[in-house]
Amino acid sequence: MNDWPLWEVFIRSRNGLDHKHVGSLHAADWQMAIENARDVYTRRNEGVSIWVVESRHIHASDPEEQDTMFESARSKVYRHPTFYDIPDEVGHM
Amino acid sequence: MTLVDLQKRFDEKIEAEVKIEPKDWMPDGYRKTLIRQISQHAHSEVVGMLPEGNWITRAPSLRRKAALLAKVQDEGGHGLYLYAAAETLGVSREELIDELLCGKAKYSSIFNYPALSWADIGAIGWLVDGAAIMNQVMLQRTSYGPYSRAMIRICKEESFHQRQGYEILLTLCRGSDEQKAMAQDSLNRWWWPSLMMFGPHDSESTHSEQSMSWKIKRKSNDELRQAFVDATVPQARYLGLTIPDPDLKWNESTGHWEFGEIDWEEFWQVVKGNGICNRQRLKDRIRAHEEGAWVREAAMAHAEKQRHRRDVA
Amino acid sequence: MSAPDSPLFLFARHMGDNGLILGHRLSEWCGHGPVLEQDITMTNIALDLIGQARLYYQLAAEMHPSDLTEDDIAYLRPERAYSNVLLVEQPNGDFAHTVLRQFLFDAWHLPFLHRLCDSPESGLGEIAAKAVKEVSYHYRWSREWVIRLGDGTEESHRRMTQALDDLWIYREELLLPSDWEQTLIRSEIIPDPDVLRPEWQHAIHATLSEAGLPIPQTPVIQQGGKNGIHTEHLGHLLAELQYMQRAYPGQVW
Repeated sequence: MNDWPLWEVFIRSRNGLDHKHVGSLHAADWQMAIENARDVYTRRNEGVSIWVVESRHIHASDPEEQDTMFESARSKVYRHPTFYDIPDEVGHM
Repeated sequence: MTLVDLQKRFDEKIEAEVKIEPKDWMPDGYRKTLIRQISQHAHSEVVGMLPEGNWITRAPSLRRKAALLAKVQDEGGHGLYLYAAAETLGVSREELIDELLCGKAKYSSIFNYPALSWADIGAIGWLVDGAAIMNQVMLQRTSYGPYSRAMIRICKEESFHQRQGYEILLTLCRGSDEQKAMAQDSLNRWWWPSLMMFGPHDSESTHSEQSMSWKIKRKSNDELRQAFVDATVPQARYLGLTIPDPDLKWNESTGHWEFGEIDWEEFWQVVKGNGICNRQRLKDRIRAHEEGAWVREAAMAHAEKQRHRRDVA
Repeated sequence: MSAPDSPLFLFARHMGDNGLILGHRLSEWCGHGPVLEQDITMTNIALDLIGQARLYYQLAAEMHPSDLTEDDIAYLRPERAYSNVLLVEQPNGDFAHTVLRQFLFDAWHLPFLHRLCDSPESGLGEIAAKAVKEVSYHYRWSREWVIRLGDGTEESHRRMTQALDDLWIYREELLLPSDWEQTLIRSEIIPDPDVLRPEWQHAIHATLSEAGLPIPQTPVIQQGGKNGIHTEHLGHLLAELQYMQRAYPGQVW
């Protein structure tokens, strides 16, 4: 009862950039979480927009399944521009 | 995966400087050490608000008052970041605070010394924050991801703290004789406790070796202490203050300052709770926590009612 | 240049006093708040108010014919020369008292600043334009907490009711102009409290009603702060605030 839930805080540092995870804090409700985030995480002018989400609502991939999840992408080198040989004379492509 | 495989993968990550993240497997000892160290660090930030907070209402100018208030507030923020980092390891802030309040968890002993003059605010910023920064800069590279990220943020914010303290002392040292005496008295009282902040000698330090091999700590107590003395001696000279250590001398061949032996008896007494302010500090924290209980409870009750009202509507 | 005791000087100094004294009270919470997050919030508000006080004092110092600084104004006057309202010097009490004191102040401060932004005295207008953004947040914070605590638990409700009982008598002073304010109101340099009154009253009543708190019925109004007649709390606050400047006169810090 006493313990306020934990929230994750995401801040957009300026327009044009993504919201980025900056840390967490405790708050009784979402309004308070946004205000606490403003007071805790933007004291030095770090943001123009705040997202908060209660930590228990975040679902995460399992680090034990790292290979299953990400190994397959690692071998697809042809998805990257450096895979292809283009003569220098062609110029930037 | 077997325990042996998990341990092997963990060791490889540590070896390869890959950060350990909250959901990764980690040895119990590693988790316990981190919880102990991070929470101890968080408690130090929060208890550390008290000696300086003692001077906020008496700061001698409005400019100094605003700077000190912002600085003490930062310490609170840093405590908060660190509690959050510890919480990623599966403990709640409430549990950690309970351990502090029942006297089980430790915090940095330096905060059990009293702040008795305005010059102490300068000395705390210069020496105590200066010593803390040595440690914190190292901890930015600690092997646990959330701890490392908290430290990076903290170091960025801390950068004004030491300057704030040094500037206070510089002003005093350029002022009247009375002010200069105030500054010297303050250095006399804070110098040795600041050196104690780095903890016992490496040979005496129980957790050090394991922490180093896990790359939680990256430098030993004695290494950090030496770096601090080397950085600080010239700064004291610039102020025109005398460091209260007759054994202090420059060693040309090592390129380091040699200094006298710390009074370890005093160190252990303060660690055990017998410093001049131990009881007062803990009492202050207990009072804040207990007197805040009804506030925290009311906010939850209101949030609960609001949710209910929305659901009904 | 204005004469030393011009209404404008007195007003700027009065606004500074309100900010400094309330900021001082809030700063007493630093390190002792009910939860770390709110400790930090209260310090932010304290920093805003002390920052505003400095701007008002600097403005007052500029107007003054003698060579005054913001610190001379803040640190070298006896309590009779302070003109803050009685509300802001009241002790912190419990968190309910602190929140309510803040709310009663903000409920006046915000609409007042909104109008002060348009003052033909550009110095005042500029400070108001900066302060109004900060104070919008203060108002939001204190209003939400009044509601939270009024609505929360039996205990929080009881504590808020007690705070209302203790502080209600001080709210009106903010809208009762002193002689020097009268002069400035007549020349339209500062807003007329009678114009603010309906909005102010509505903000307070609506918030208390949302919080489920009874509006106190006492007809008593305490005032005097603007003319230097204070409660006994201010003297102790100043003894602490001014300690260094009084113990070591004329030094640079």
